[in-house]
Amino acid sequence: MTEYQTNLLTLFGGLAVVLIIASTIGYMLARRQTGSEPNPVIENLNARINAWWVMIGVIGLAFIWGRPGVVILFGLLSFAALREFVSLTNTRRADHLVLAMVFYVVLPLQFYFIWIDWYGMFSIFIPVYAYLFMPILAVLRGETKNFLIRIAEVQWALMITVYCVSHVPALLSLDIPGYEGQNILLIAFLVLVVQSSDVLQYIWGKLAGKRKIAPKLSPSKTVEGFVGGVLSATLVGASLWWMTPFNFWQAGLLAFIIALLGFFGGLVMSAIKRDRGVKDWGQMIAGHGGFIDRLDSVIFSAPIFFHIVRYFWTV
Amino acid sequence: MNSILAIAAKITGFSIISFSRFITAVFANWDGVRPSRRRRIYFANHVSNGDFILLWTVLPPPIRKLTRPVAAADYWLTSKLKAFIGRNVFNAVLIDRNRDTRVLDPMEQMLEALDEGNSLIIFPEGQRNTTEQMLPFKPGIFHLAEKRPDVELVPVWIENLNRVLPKGEIIPIPFACSVTFGAPIHLQDGEDKQTFLKRAETCVLNLSPDAGNNHD
Repeated sequence: MTEYQTNLLTLFGGLAVVLIIASTIGYMLARRQTGSEPNPVIENLNARINAWWVMIGVIGLAFIWGRPGVVILFGLLSFAALREFVSLTNTRRADHLVLAMVFYVVLPLQFYFIWIDWYGMFSIFIPVYAYLFMPILAVLRGETKNFLIRIAEVQWALMITVYCVSHVPALLSLDIPGYEGQNILLIAFLVLVVQSSDVLQYIWGKLAGKRKIAPKLSPSKTVEGFVGGVLSATLVGASLWWMTPFNFWQAGLLAFIIALLGFFGGLVMSAIKRDRGVKDWGQMIAGHGGFIDRLDSVIFSAPIFFHIVRYFWTV
Repeated sequence: MNSILAIAAKITGFSIISFSRFITAVFANWDGVRPSRRRRIYFANHVSNGDFILLWTVLPPPIRKLTRPVAAADYWLTSKLKAFIGRNVFNAVLIDRNRDTRVLDPMEQMLEALDEGNSLIIFPEGQRNTTEQMLPFKPGIFHLAEKRPDVELVPVWIENLNRVLPKGEIIPIPFACSVTFGAPIHLQDGEDKQTFLKRAETCVLNLSPDAGNNHD
């Protein structure tokens, strides 16, 4: 077995252990309940843990498949996230062609450019070409009502759910000396730090949360959850240095940045939900909500993580 | 020959369901009623040709098999492919909307389907609705309720499908859709046609998110 394979196996073995422990705790909490009515917090916890099994299983399969698996997986996630985002916008009939282009041309092309490793194109395709051509297409239908709002919403949807998400598989294109063929572990590092930060914020918040950090945006986010979650996620990241090209301190610092961005990304996406009067982005993942509810913190941290690593570690 | 047709119909049905799930990520809210094999008439708002496909998609397979959409023969019998989809895949009750030329009475056809143990999907607005408001209900549902009082009338709201495929467009756009099932209604003693139709209409409207019934 190569070092890469050993690392991958260690990682998923570790995750399985964590999930088994979580499932056991969830099972015992559910059994210990008294009264006939099920406790909604425990029900939601168990739904979340079960969904984690599925999510980690899917990611594991994509990793085993390698580059195609990862690009296709994140392409599909991006598709689902874009659908959730667009569903909450003010688009009208006149935008039909624009939306068709966004879903069936721009999104597949972006992931195709990532597939073929064309950095010069995938890094500007949406912010330059899509940015300019989408309003041109929209204007051809001549509907001017809410034009700026409609265009801005589609641009935002594209940047958030396609451009930013595509920076996760884009990590595969980084050439890091001495780390050839192991870039999938960079994705694992990013996803693991972001998601453990979310989970740890939830746990710290439930156990020690007192002061609400942003009551207008999110009733469940607390100062204690934020501080405890970000710091413990930093520790998780640092302790994963062995599977990255970073040393212990670098891994910790990067994990800190990722967790922080993830937190604020979650706040930004909450603001959009509050504005549109919904609690979750969707209903696709039991206990978690929609795809964007799970992806929001990845969305904000992926491009920045990508560029930091690209600037300091690649040739 | 028949078995080949049946297999082709199964595969087509599966493809249609997979495709509609892929595009709409359709989600069922069983709000006022649980899925059941009981004979029911699902009556829904009608905004797109894909309406009954979506409703059909979210029904659990054993119930789906017993549920027949009521559709216009003048639309579904215009080509061989449409006739195959309408008859073999959806097992639709195809009714002729032209009063002067038709040979079969739509009401008889629907009652017959119910009496064979099927449930029905109907769109009492009668035509695809491109306006913002709901169109007044046609009286068919009242006569069904009168003649088969034991059949549950389940109001259904289909959300967002009009954005997926507006009239005149051919490319479906992915939008998150949902299908909400409300509590069943029955014709009440002495209730007249107008009152009942108005009540049925309100029951459907009350399920829409705009009516403050927000599921997210």
